[in-house]
Amino acid sequence: MLDINHVGKTYPNGVRALDGVSLTVNLGEIVVVVGGSGCGKSTLLRLVCGLDAPTDGSIRLDGTLISAPHERIGIVFQEPRLLPWLSVARNVGFGLEDRPRPERTSRVAAQLARVGLSDKARVWPRELSGGQAQRVALSRALVTRPEVLLLDEPFSALDAFTRVDLQDHLLDLWADQRPTLLVVTHDVDEAIVLADRILVMRARPGRVQEEIVIDLPRPRDRQSAAFDFAKRRVLNALDHSLDRRARAGDAETVLDEGAARWW
Amino acid sequence: MTASIDDSPVQIAPKYRLGRWTRPALGLLLPLALAVFWELAVRFGLSNGRLVPPPSVIFTTFSDLWQTGELQAHAITTLWRVAAGFACGVAAGTVLGALAGYSGLLHRLVDPTLQALRSIPSIAWVPLFILWFGIFEASKIILIAVGVFFPVYLGVMGAVISVDRKIVEVGRVFRLSAFGMIRRILLPAVLPAYVIALRAGLGLGWMFVVAAEFLGASQGLGFLLVDGQQLGKPAQIVAAIVAFAILGKLTDWLIVAATTPLLRWQDVYGAAHQDS
Repeated sequence: MLDINHVGKTYPNGVRALDGVSLTVNLGEIVVVVGGSGCGKSTLLRLVCGLDAPTDGSIRLDGTLISAPHERIGIVFQEPRLLPWLSVARNVGFGLEDRPRPERTSRVAAQLARVGLSDKARVWPRELSGGQAQRVALSRALVTRPEVLLLDEPFSALDAFTRVDLQDHLLDLWADQRPTLLVVTHDVDEAIVLADRILVMRARPGRVQEEIVIDLPRPRDRQSAAFDFAKRRVLNALDHSLDRRARAGDAETVLDEGAARWW
Repeated sequence: MTASIDDSPVQIAPKYRLGRWTRPALGLLLPLALAVFWELAVRFGLSNGRLVPPPSVIFTTFSDLWQTGELQAHAITTLWRVAAGFACGVAAGTVLGALAGYSGLLHRLVDPTLQALRSIPSIAWVPLFILWFGIFEASKIILIAVGVFFPVYLGVMGAVISVDRKIVEVGRVFRLSAFGMIRRILLPAVLPAYVIALRAGLGLGWMFVVAAEFLGASQGLGFLLVDGQQLGKPAQIVAAIVAFAILGKLTDWLIVAATTPLLRWQDVYGAAHQDS
């Protein structure tokens, strides 16, 4: 169980990125965080994976305080961040360096087969398409079998078709080991496809505005009325979270985007 | 079908594409034309060629020096000095550069002093080195090492500092130790810049070996230069210069050839014209 308890983060430049965020995520649950830009959702993930330390509050995984990167917590970033000097297979095996070679090889091979990239094992990362690279990044995070997998806008740089593809693929992979997923996105469709629970955050300081439970059965039909209904709820909450920023006078475009989707 | 198109190397627009041999041959056109021109000018008596010997004389001098074994002996002496100085300079530059790049504290401690020393023209050290280390091999090798040190130090330090934070974070997420971070992330990431630093260092090494050999050497290509000047043998000077050019290019090519297999992963603009 991942327990985020009254976490706040103030950056050295004085920006209060997060304020009093509390969240409990059960093992195997998929929680998606949405919100306008600057609402601290990426900061939250950086704290959970131990890259940054919270200014106040605490993050615990099964009671263990997380203050540095932890072996049971993996992360996939917005960019694949593959190491360009390692082949695809060695990128995937990057976190298995301490395992004996036969185990490493077989786990990497199995993982690559799982994401349908066995034929790319020996190529350089530069030879992959965006979607393939992100699948490799996903494999690199999953091959160590983390209990918690964090995803920071993992598909936002991909085209719409590839994105939908990878969302389904992610759910597929999730069903294998059922890790806890904590996903940050600004794509409402993506949030509804993936989430058991959606947290809508608002900015300045970043905090949770609303929690929406999505209890549609999986696999979810993106065209169904229930999906649309859920989407409307989330968009509504998003507009709520943004209007205060709009009144503050500098987020009109974000509001427009929400409104456009709403209509 | 599409795969075969994708796999082919980046191609320059067809009208600029030249044959496999024409492209390097183009580069030879200008020097060859000049050489032929000068040779003919001397042959037809437009110049006596005493101060600027024609190619044929240079070639004869070169092959004479070669046949007596003199040239090889001088070249080997020089080569050994450059190698020793280069090795010391690279070792010191790499270690200090990596440390100053990795640790902010060390950077603040060491870098200002080194930058100050760097602004001294290295030749200015010569009198001091001769006083300290004598006029024999030690002072020469140290002078070369100093020349090699700074570009290598600067290159490594700058490269380590500018390694992409996002890549370093990948190392942190996988909980690499400081040593693991250096070995598995920082070193491979700086390798392309390191090769360039090595080549710059080697270039300076060749420059400084000449300076070192101007000061009381009795062996080496630099000595051959001074000797040619003192005895009024311009052809010998040019022959020594040619030897420098060949050795310089050869050693540079060695670095490139040794490191190219390590850099095949690069996704860079230069990949398109590396063979030109």
